[in-house]
Amino acid sequence: MNAIRRNRSVQIGMALLVLVAATAVLAPPLAGMDPLRMTPEDRLSSPVAAHPFGTDMFGRDILARTLHGGRVSLSVGLAVAAVALAAGLGIGLVAGYVRAVDRIVMRVMDGIMAIPGILLAIALIALSGATLGTVVVAIAVPEVPRVVRLVRSVVLAVREEPYVEAAVAAGARLPRLLVRHVLPNTLAPLIVQGSYVCASAMIVESILGFLGAGMPPEVPSWGNVMAEGRTFFQIAPWILFFPGAFLAVTVLSVNLLGDGLRDTLDPRLRGRFQ
Amino acid sequence: MTGFLLQRLLATIPVMAVVAVVVFLLLHLGPGDPAAVIAGDYATPEDIERIRDRLGLNDPLHVQFLTWIGQILRGDLGISIFSNLPVAHLIAQRVEPTLALSIGTLFVTVVVAVPLGVAAAWRAGGWLDRCLMGGAALAFAVPVFVIGYILIYVFAIKLSLLPVQGYSPIADGAGPFLRHLVLPVVALSFVFIALIARVTRASVLEVLGEDYIRTARAKGVTTFRLLRRHALRPALVPVVTVIGIAFALLVGGVVVTESVFNIPGLGRLTVDSVLRRDYPVIQGLILVFSAAYVITNLIVDLLYSVLDPRIRG
Amino acid sequence: MRSVRRTSAALALVSAVVLALPASAETVLRAVVHADLKNIDPIWTTAYITRNHGYMVYDTLFAVDSEFNVQPQMVDTWEVSDNGMTWTFRLRDGLAWHDGAPVTAADCVASIRRWGARDGMGQKLMDVTAALEALDEATFRLTLTQPYGLVLGSLSKASSNVLFIMPERHALTDPFEQVPEVIGSGPFVFVADEWVPGARVVYVRNEAYVPRAEPPSWGAGGKVAKVDRVEWLYVPDTATAMNALLAGEIDYFELPPHDLLPIMEASPDVTVKRLDPVGVQGHLRLNHLYPPFDHPKAREAMLWLVEQPRFLRAVVGNEEHWRPCPAYFGCGSPYETDAGAEPLMGFDLERARALLAEAGYDGRPVVLMQPTDVAILSGAALMLAGVLRDAGVNVELQAMDWSTLTSRRALDASPEENGWNIFPTWFIGMDVVHPLASVVTSGGCRERAWFGWPCDPVMEELREAFAFENDPGQRFARAEAVQQQAFALVPYVNFGEWFNPVAFRSNLEGILESPIPLFWNIAKR
Repeated sequence: MNAIRRNRSVQIGMALLVLVAATAVLAPPLAGMDPLRMTPEDRLSSPVAAHPFGTDMFGRDILARTLHGGRVSLSVGLAVAAVALAAGLGIGLVAGYVRAVDRIVMRVMDGIMAIPGILLAIALIALSGATLGTVVVAIAVPEVPRVVRLVRSVVLAVREEPYVEAAVAAGARLPRLLVRHVLPNTLAPLIVQGSYVCASAMIVESILGFLGAGMPPEVPSWGNVMAEGRTFFQIAPWILFFPGAFLAVTVLSVNLLGDGLRDTLDPRLRGRFQ
Repeated sequence: MTGFLLQRLLATIPVMAVVAVVVFLLLHLGPGDPAAVIAGDYATPEDIERIRDRLGLNDPLHVQFLTWIGQILRGDLGISIFSNLPVAHLIAQRVEPTLALSIGTLFVTVVVAVPLGVAAAWRAGGWLDRCLMGGAALAFAVPVFVIGYILIYVFAIKLSLLPVQGYSPIADGAGPFLRHLVLPVVALSFVFIALIARVTRASVLEVLGEDYIRTARAKGVTTFRLLRRHALRPALVPVVTVIGIAFALLVGGVVVTESVFNIPGLGRLTVDSVLRRDYPVIQGLILVFSAAYVITNLIVDLLYSVLDPRIRG
Repeated sequence: MRSVRRTSAALALVSAVVLALPASAETVLRAVVHADLKNIDPIWTTAYITRNHGYMVYDTLFAVDSEFNVQPQMVDTWEVSDNGMTWTFRLRDGLAWHDGAPVTAADCVASIRRWGARDGMGQKLMDVTAALEALDEATFRLTLTQPYGLVLGSLSKASSNVLFIMPERHALTDPFEQVPEVIGSGPFVFVADEWVPGARVVYVRNEAYVPRAEPPSWGAGGKVAKVDRVEWLYVPDTATAMNALLAGEIDYFELPPHDLLPIMEASPDVTVKRLDPVGVQGHLRLNHLYPPFDHPKAREAMLWLVEQPRFLRAVVGNEEHWRPCPAYFGCGSPYETDAGAEPLMGFDLERARALLAEAGYDGRPVVLMQPTDVAILSGAALMLAGVLRDAGVNVELQAMDWSTLTSRRALDASPEENGWNIFPTWFIGMDVVHPLASVVTSGGCRERAWFGWPCDPVMEELREAFAFENDPGQRFARAEAVQQQAFALVPYVNFGEWFNPVAFRSNLEGILESPIPLFWNIAKR
């Protein structure tokens, strides 16, 4: 635990992340304005005292939209990581434990990996309607196979361990063994993987918003705010800039955190593809 | 070698089968009704029912699936709901720009990222290493469309050096072809350069830590020579693997880049088709992209076996 | 595995095909148009992009000029019997299809019948038609059951559906099916091989076209193609399109966003010009079949809620380009009036609340469809959602793209079952210029009214009275009565009028002023 705390990447990443999270949690008092409130009289205003980040084409306050956008984007990131890890853990344990289904499960995972993630996500969202839930699931599905592979490989490795084999021979029940020995072993790589999934989910959310295939446009996610600002890039760059900068800082901090955790928790993973 | 190749080829069958099932279920269990879309603005419920019958949408699911698979095996991807043109034709029209963009990006990435990664590993902890790793972290954090807009603003609008948008087929001359390709390729390359440079660095570092390298070093062989002679080849193995994995990422990037730079490629066709619920085109595109992924990984596997003969077993 | 191999073979083949595109050295006009051409049949669909495509490749019997007068186009001479019941038309010489065959009277008869089955004014004309027949190769005759003042007004209809003349074999296609290919007799020829749906449509000059001698004026007069080739490009990102225009990569940008106009005006190489003198009318369409808007009080409440200047400032911006206008038949049109317009010109939140309560509004969700890919309409939906919420309405804003909206709006199911309550749309002034042209004021119920299905026999009688009013002096009063009734019925809430200027490279000459983008007469210096 001390090693983690001393790691520079973790320190910087954690500090930035806490800062962004704080602005998101405290969005209503900080912004002091409704992110959906339209004031056509003040449209496309550059940053001024009343609107520190300027306004968009409907006169909505970009500061309010950016801070509230943080709530959406962080929720999407965390929710996607949670869904992908939970699904991956469940499927991975079953695949590693029940040999009969292993082959089938792994072929299905190969198939899902073969479908480009963003295509799968936009197709899923277009077909099931854009809500927070469908966007989270759609971004999480393509991430599942990698988690499954990770968990499965740990399960297989643990099964071979002499003390596990001995325990099995002594009549211990496998599910219990899995919970006792596999879970602790998967925890470190899962946390690392989860942080990368979380970062990439926020980027994917912004891309989906940009393509017009993400969250309902009324929701001020960073992707949506940036997508609305693309037309006005030359006359009102602040619409694109502020949410873009917040997104970059957030993703950067989560990635730094992930790198730091990887280096301290699991040195073997160092350098492996995220 | 032939045995290995055959074995890898056979392994692609179940993958493609899974893809086909997923794509089929995705579009047939979804709530949208292509018949209503085809029928258009003024259709009555009877019209829609007639179209459903004609399209076979009222058949049991497994019958529809077998019919569809049969069509695909004959190379028939169906007809676009909107333009009434064959899906294969629509896809064919748009392959060239996407292929050019992808290959260009892959080329730039490898040419830039591998030397950068090796150099960073060579002087690990030095200023180049730090800059590179910092830049890589940043490249992961900025969405490709933001990079694209910045490049357009600086190089096309302010400096008027390159075209703002569009694609010029290679048949219209190599000059315009390359000029149109520069900005999109650069925009798309950032994240891949970051990725490959990191992997190369890590992998070279790992090899430099191996016993035989240490021995050689102790014998007085220079680091540069070591890199060239002994470290590079094994270090490239994971790099090649990552290129295979990165393909899926590349497709996502292509979709966005084509839309920023207005390139009439498969990516824009995908977004347009999804937004219009043009089901046959979506199915065809996902199949084509997945097939391309499988083929890329097949090639990667082959390269892998050339670089590291042990894995042929 | 087989499919994998086939695909790779297909990919190889494909690159070979794509590489074989012809190189061009002729004059090419590259235009970024307002939408992607998805369907090629301008009778089958009312989409403006397909109508504009129709003007490129097809010709019309008559056309309206810039003075709102009807002028002959394909027709050479015509005569009307003394009782006004028999009309005989003779085609001019030299008309030929793009495949070389001559245009015949039989082609015209079949085209009128197919158009008459789909278009609102066409249906009206068919209702009073006793016989329509070809007399010889170049002459056809229309016999009426009663005198009808809008015969030429119908045949010369300038906007959707325009009576485009097609070869008989195509015009015999079921009006609810699309024609299989594009063979017209107009000034440009459609190049089917080079059509890339979602990206590009290509036309080349029709060398065989014989233009009329009169100077061009809207769709009337001589249509002289002065460039060899016109390419319509579809660029969904408007900022990209603007930058392409500034860089000279394209020549013509049909629908630039109003907010970006100052950047283009600042460039010496680009001209920004208002070509459409009539403008565009914004609509908030209400569904009359389901609560709350099945109740007239709820519809009246909508009039009190919509403030045109606020909506227009939000969605269009610069005041130069918009004007509040409550007139159902457009400001600047022959039938402009503000009769009955007080509720729309006023704003009264409390009154709207009270009216909604009187209408029995019970807090159920009101489904408002938002077309996110049409910026102005998307903004109008957001604005409306805002005022409706202020009035205590439980708005369910449903985001979708325009093409989904066009299929959803046709569903007459209840809002809980994938139906809808409100959607925004817009019409060019020409489409709403008088009570009969304006299908959107129809109270023809499920059978004949436009989506939203307002049902009002009084309205239908008043529109009928306008159609059969043969005294031009009385027409204004008839139109005014229709407008009065429209403010009681509220088929849609008009959120104001605006103009869509066109931006083009300054080296283009001869761009015609017209409510419809026309590509003949344009030369490239």
